[in-house]
Amino acid sequence: MERATSLASEIPVRKKSFRKRWDSPLAGYLFISPWLIGFLALTAYPMLLSLYYSFTNYTLMKPIEWVGLDNYERIITADDKFAQSLKLTFYYVLASVPLKLIAALMVALLLKKAVRGISVYRTAIYFPSLIGASIAVSLLWKNIFGVDGFFNQVLGFFGIPGTGWVTNPDTALWSLIGLSVWQFGSSMVIFLAGLKQIPNDLYEASAVDGASKLKQFFKITLPMLSPTLFFNLIMGVINSFQMFTPAYVITGGGPMNSTYVYALYLYERAFSRYQLGYSSSLAWIMLILIVAAAVIINLTSKYWVFYESESQGGKGK
Amino acid sequence: MTRRKWNPVIRHSVLIMFSLIMVYPVIWWIGASLKTNQELSSPSIFPSVPQWSNYINGWHSVPGFTFTDFYLNTFYLITAVIIVTVISCTLVAFGFARLDFPLRGFWFSLLMLTLMLPGQVLIIPQYAMFHQFGWVNTYLPFIVPHALAGGAGGTFFVFLLVQFIRGIPRELDESAKIDGCSWFGIYWRIVMPLMKPSIVTVIIFCFLWNWDDFLGHLLYINSVDKYTVGLALRMINDSQGGAEWGQLLAMSLVSILPATLLFIFAQKYFVEGVATTGLKG
Repeated sequence: MERATSLASEIPVRKKSFRKRWDSPLAGYLFISPWLIGFLALTAYPMLLSLYYSFTNYTLMKPIEWVGLDNYERIITADDKFAQSLKLTFYYVLASVPLKLIAALMVALLLKKAVRGISVYRTAIYFPSLIGASIAVSLLWKNIFGVDGFFNQVLGFFGIPGTGWVTNPDTALWSLIGLSVWQFGSSMVIFLAGLKQIPNDLYEASAVDGASKLKQFFKITLPMLSPTLFFNLIMGVINSFQMFTPAYVITGGGPMNSTYVYALYLYERAFSRYQLGYSSSLAWIMLILIVAAAVIINLTSKYWVFYESESQGGKGK
Repeated sequence: MTRRKWNPVIRHSVLIMFSLIMVYPVIWWIGASLKTNQELSSPSIFPSVPQWSNYINGWHSVPGFTFTDFYLNTFYLITAVIIVTVISCTLVAFGFARLDFPLRGFWFSLLMLTLMLPGQVLIIPQYAMFHQFGWVNTYLPFIVPHALAGGAGGTFFVFLLVQFIRGIPRELDESAKIDGCSWFGIYWRIVMPLMKPSIVTVIIFCFLWNWDDFLGHLLYINSVDKYTVGLALRMINDSQGGAEWGQLLAMSLVSILPATLLFIFAQKYFVEGVATTGLKG
């Protein structure tokens, strides 16, 4: 009965929207005009400009000269720093993103059930994410992982010999990876929100069928959480690919270029040497690589990301 | 049965261990900011004699300026940015969520696409543009993009507000429309007051991301009298070369205080903001 009346009340609205296609074309554009102007002038146009620059030898001092594919050719064939920084960045992304997500997922699972004290834990674990992007934390990190730093004192307490973590070329990148993993709190909060949406009756039903905890995790939790995992993975890759402040402040790209990541190389080419043309090519290569990574993750998603609407009993939302 | 009793114990111990790992560096930081340089390499958390002078000397460590100047600069910049962000993002979000106009879906999907756009593709052409306009070494490269619903997080905020407005019952605007209210009237008198909680979330994240927008500040602000706190910290770090770690750590610690206070007093907005839209936090 109730359903019938609500259907009846929808019909006139439908008819109206067929007759008159847009209520407010002018007002609509007025309201979105700040974004539209911003998008055209500060996103779309600069992107085209940057594409154009990438085919020139533009610097701020000289007139622009078209050089065709020269920049790209030089980058790919003759630029050692490009190859090296790209390798380092891949290493950084491949190490920091999975470690961060595993830590976030693990703690989110623990927190899901610990009712008592949850807000204290959540606060403590989220706090590093809150302050992590600041230059202040980079400075703290530089000190903690120095030769005389706090980390070596802790190691010394357990009798493990330390090293100058940020000054040793073998470990410097790992101190930056550590800084990134330390900030797993915001991913954890997102996982926690995802976990709360999994209906409890799924667990109850499977418990009746005698499923073990481990089986529940792989057959219920992980599939139901996969859209959240997918989102965290994509955003994690995009953000960590662009890591700049820690490398700039903690190590300055050193020692022996062991933390000279892509964003830092791009920055120095553009703003220390003012080679805006060449660095625009670097930026476009970066964009292409990030888009490629996102597309690849997206292509694999049909094998592991589970959407509720696909399941037979799903309510389809 | 015994396993059931032990489970919470193990869970809480793991959680406590994790929480300690997360917070311990910060506790150490507090102690270290009160240490002399010699004491920094000693294992104790707190110094034998707290060096409060680290804070006083640190505050004056940039010749000719004090950190008061840098904090005022930063607050001035961020206040301007927040005001224009709230105005522009609410207008745009209202337009997308409530008005019906040609190509709305197309523009909105473009907006969603720019959420994922790596910012570093834009810094070079934007720098070249702003350089031409003569905006380098002013705050305009921050204020103008935010006034156009862009800048650090602008598109995120539009998305967040659109989600929120969609949750406000349409009957409210319908009845206002019957009473002869204009679209702007509906936006200003009906939707705006109801949007308050999500506007608080926008303000918080706008504050945080601009406070931490180190690369942006580094690019566009050159003269010390316009320096933000982050740039001042970097300047001390570069000029002292680690000679006065106590002072540097003290000033760094003060610089995270605004974000920390904001977090303490507005925790619920944080968690909601991060959880509902997956903000990078």
